[in-house]
Amino acid sequence: MYNEKVMEAFSHPKNVGEIENPDGFGKVGNAACGDIMQITLKIEDDRIVDAKFKTFGCAAAIATSSTATEMVKGMTLDEALQLTNSKVVEELEGLPPQKIHCSVLAEEAIKAAIEDYRSKNKK
Amino acid sequence: MNRIYFDHAATTPLDKRVFEKMTPYFTEIAGNANSQHYFGREAMKAVDEARDKIASLIGARPSEIYFTSGGTEADNWALRGIAQAFKNKGRHMIISKIEHAAMITTAAELEKQGFEFTYLGVDENGVVDLEELERSIRPDTIFIGVMYANNEVGTIEPVKEVARIAKEHGITCFSDCVQAMGAIPVNVKDLGVDLLSFSAHKFYGPKGIGALYIRNGLPMGRIITGGHQERTKRGGTTNVPAVVGFAEALSIAEKELDENAKYVSGLRDRFIDRVLSEIPFVKLNGHRTQRLPNNADISFEYIEGESILFSLDLEGIAVSSGSACSSGSLEPSHVLLAMGVDEALAHGSIRFTFGKHNTVEEVDYAVDKLKEIVARLRAMSPLFAEIKGEVKNV
Repeated sequence: MYNEKVMEAFSHPKNVGEIENPDGFGKVGNAACGDIMQITLKIEDDRIVDAKFKTFGCAAAIATSSTATEMVKGMTLDEALQLTNSKVVEELEGLPPQKIHCSVLAEEAIKAAIEDYRSKNKK
Repeated sequence: MNRIYFDHAATTPLDKRVFEKMTPYFTEIAGNANSQHYFGREAMKAVDEARDKIASLIGARPSEIYFTSGGTEADNWALRGIAQAFKNKGRHMIISKIEHAAMITTAAELEKQGFEFTYLGVDENGVVDLEELERSIRPDTIFIGVMYANNEVGTIEPVKEVARIAKEHGITCFSDCVQAMGAIPVNVKDLGVDLLSFSAHKFYGPKGIGALYIRNGLPMGRIITGGHQERTKRGGTTNVPAVVGFAEALSIAEKELDENAKYVSGLRDRFIDRVLSEIPFVKLNGHRTQRLPNNADISFEYIEGESILFSLDLEGIAVSSGSACSSGSLEPSHVLLAMGVDEALAHGSIRFTFGKHNTVEEVDYAVDKLKEIVARLRAMSPLFAEIKGEVKNV
């Protein structure tokens, strides 16, 4: 049901963990639905220099967490806010239809982390 | 890669002895069992023999055995057939909350057609509540259906008591014995049911063949119309090789039942004991002793079942997450929820079902891998991070 790229991202995920004292923190989903995604960001000069995740969820949720964090590293915050779930799915060369909502979670977690950073750093 | 199969509740590999018995019926004795000529008569002879054998193994008469395409069709037929035959007497039916999807989905269809259902609850071990059953019976109740053994958690239900209660009220009683047949003794007279479904591929027989036992004299509607097969109650050319394999598989399963149950439950107990003692934050679902010999259903806290399933698959170990049938949906298992298992915990459940070809070495290898996988996924889980350091009994 999953393609090789998804299985690779799931079995060897990148950016697993938590950044200590993160500049941005986002957590979305809930345990009852079987999906929780937590993203921590290190941000310098409005650019994401590091991103890490912790995810409770299925193989697709873990794969999209890995891919989405990998994609936003190096992006400016405005660029990262443009990251849609379909771009993450595209990067993974597709997900089964019933798993698309997992990629939405990744998009939301990143947005939440950026919003957290912006609300803490209002000029 | 060595592949290990721990998903025998989903299906079992065909026993080689069964395969040998079936082989001539594909190519040599290949007539249509309903043809009147020699080829047909030879095929029918094999079907009759198979029916006799199956009937005697479950304490029924040959005329009470109706071949179907499998358990799902037999379950559908039981519900829909009684609904049709008894709709003028009443439209209320009772089934348990933990029935297989073949029952639950069919009940939902019948609800749309004006039938009313009561879904019996279960306790934390998955055992149906007999008092609730008594209370649920109404003058217009026409059907009571409780499975003999649950496909997800393996709990064995008090079907004999269910059937006794049904009989006292003059209500038709059905039991889905798809998981029980071949694993524990099943006898229609002893259970006292009017209808009973079973399927060959759960006990090392072929896929695509099952049967519905219909007690002689019970009024019954049809769901498949066609030719004169199965005493005109179920049309369709008889799958002769499958029927032959079905009978052979059941006969072997019954002959070797005690031996297999002892061996397989030994593997299961070793697995359960090791997992419960070596992996923290786990819970065995279902009854500890009143369960199928092959089943170990375990919830792993703070991680999700599908991740465990695919991680095990990458190590060559095949298991199911909750019910195989629910793998396409996002809802956690309806069986675990009915047992009162917390939703998050239900998402983290894995069903391991062992078989006669599995070995102790396979069990030990799987537990070792499972420990690594669970630790790896928990290290990734934001839920686990929150409780780390805290010891909590589930």
